[in-house]
Amino acid sequence: MTRLTLSRALNEGLRRALEADPKVMIMGEDVGRLGGVFRVTDGLQKDFGEHRVIDTPLAESGIVGTAIGLALRGYRPVCEIQFDGFVYPATDQIVSQLAKMRYRSRGQLTLPVVIRIPFGGGIGAVEHHSESPEVIFAHTAGLRVVACADAAEAFSMIQLAIACDDPVIFFEPKRRYWDRAEVDMAAALDTALPLSKARTVLPGDDVTLLTYGPLVRTCTEAAIAARDEGKSIEVIDLRSLSPLDMDTISASVIRTGRCVVAHEAPVYAGLGAEIAARVTEQCFYHLEAPVLRVGGFAIPYPVARLEDHYLPDLDRILDTVDRTFAF
Amino acid sequence: MTVETGGATMVAPNDTELIQLLTPEGERVEHPQYPLSDVDIKGLYRDMVLVRRFDTEAISLQRQGELGIWASLLGQEAAQIGSGRALSPRDMAFPSYREHGVAWCRGLDPVRLLELFRGVSNGAWDPQEYKFHLYTIVIGDQTLHATGYAMGIKRDSAEDEAVIVYFGDGATSQGDVSEAFSWASVFQVPVVFFCQNNQYAISAPQERQSPIPLYQRSRGFGFPGIRVDGNDVLACYEVTRQALRAAREGRGPTLIEAFTYRMGAHTTTDDPTRYRLASELEVWRLRDPIERVRAYLARTGQANAAFFEQVDAEAAELAARVRDACRALPDPPPLAMFDHVYTGANAILEAERAQYGDYLDGFEPAGLGQRESEVAR
Repeated sequence: MTRLTLSRALNEGLRRALEADPKVMIMGEDVGRLGGVFRVTDGLQKDFGEHRVIDTPLAESGIVGTAIGLALRGYRPVCEIQFDGFVYPATDQIVSQLAKMRYRSRGQLTLPVVIRIPFGGGIGAVEHHSESPEVIFAHTAGLRVVACADAAEAFSMIQLAIACDDPVIFFEPKRRYWDRAEVDMAAALDTALPLSKARTVLPGDDVTLLTYGPLVRTCTEAAIAARDEGKSIEVIDLRSLSPLDMDTISASVIRTGRCVVAHEAPVYAGLGAEIAARVTEQCFYHLEAPVLRVGGFAIPYPVARLEDHYLPDLDRILDTVDRTFAF
Repeated sequence: MTVETGGATMVAPNDTELIQLLTPEGERVEHPQYPLSDVDIKGLYRDMVLVRRFDTEAISLQRQGELGIWASLLGQEAAQIGSGRALSPRDMAFPSYREHGVAWCRGLDPVRLLELFRGVSNGAWDPQEYKFHLYTIVIGDQTLHATGYAMGIKRDSAEDEAVIVYFGDGATSQGDVSEAFSWASVFQVPVVFFCQNNQYAISAPQERQSPIPLYQRSRGFGFPGIRVDGNDVLACYEVTRQALRAAREGRGPTLIEAFTYRMGAHTTTDDPTRYRLASELEVWRLRDPIERVRAYLARTGQANAAFFEQVDAEAAELAARVRDACRALPDPPPLAMFDHVYTGANAILEAERAQYGDYLDGFEPAGLGQRESEVAR
């Protein structure tokens, strides 16, 4: 086991992928000489060359559009979008082309493109640097959408995403980049939990708390704190946001009878809405309370000095958990 | 010369900036930079006649309700056949959605194009088999795909391959096209940007897209731009051939503006009489891409009446075959819409497929419960 930051774990995962397959390429703004603004690609251009780790012009649609062309040529591009709020110029290429080309070609074309997006708030940034746009992509058929939560997950998930033949939108919790965790770098990739599976982070009996990305840590801390109050919270890291691992989710909710979904993205029309609907359909007679959601408000991401009010923290998550016991 | 177009003035290119090897009257003219190579002019004529006949047939099929919509190439035969025949078998072409002539040059059965416009597929031919990518409908998106593909060619050190990407005058206003120009120039990749300036983006005239001639756009991006008479198949062939050769030799991208005219409507749902004058059409009718080659071949004795009759007969035969094949294209089974979204299984999608399959199975085999559209069939 090696203790790594999440950023470093991604770097090591990317390095493994570059070593394993000469068709893997990295492209994005400042990913080469600088090593990325979060240093996720640090040193990779030096070790693998400018033809495999490409500093691109500053244009997100261009990054994704040319990655599609490279994939059509047999390459496996890994694109970095520098910040969540900068992905929108690439949305046309992602939604209209990347997601649909396999379907359009009736399976003759595959586009194994990974788009890495640092997402979420909590870093005191200016506008456009703290958003959670995952539901836009989860709503788009043809894409797989995943979010990693810690260093160990990041190390295996980035490799699984690159090995996946479908396009993957890969969300990285930017405020957790510098969190450290033990990473088993010797473990074979085929023993890793598949990309489409959710993972139980903390078992519990009274309520199922579903989350992903940066809030996995917050929810885990909340569950530990709730033990003192005699509540047993099961924390599940969804990992895959599209498709959802409903088997794991339903099995837990049927056991606990209560369900809370937490994410930084606005609650309105967020992933929690989809989960609440499906949990209600699949676990109706087992539910002791309605599925509750805790997340961002129906406002643009607020100014940095107010983001602590916007982001669901331990207390607000536990407050929502408490409310499921009030029914 | 200028053509008055209901308020706007469309400036036709002057001789100094327009590459032309065959005048509208069918006179061969020499250009010092573009000597005509050994090319089968009768073959080019045949190609143009056949694709025009195919296009006419497709319009009829739309009028008869066999196609949902059709995007006609009428008037753009020379631009497409000239450039399409300049491609080597290993070159890759990225079309927009009107490149029926290029598809023809790549050996694609025209019926495959009708599948898309009939709505039975999205035009799912094998792009690698034909070296002809799928039609791209979102304007300009394919310029980036072509550029990325060309980056791959450069990485592969494949010296005998180049890419050509087709788009229209309207697409030059799209950000993606500018990004593709930047990328291709910065990375010096083997791509030819072939812009068919057919004067209109549906109703918007070219001057609404650009105050300067489109071929001059490339200058700011650092690569050459050339304007060619898009109704001159010989010039289109020669200019494209040289640009592709430059690309293969590592000399980077070229922008070709084929100055042409969309003689028909944007698509069969469009009504061009709302935005352009008949007089303008008449001017361009005199520049017809096929007539000038016919005049040249006949006058120089390279082709006789028997040849022209034979090509016309072939065209009629093609039209009949396409007509029958189009009518015989079956609708896909309903559950096929769930296929090929992902490479592997997707539990959410599979559950919907199963549920909808059960729903359909719940109906009586025929008659009761069938949707109106199915009963009518």
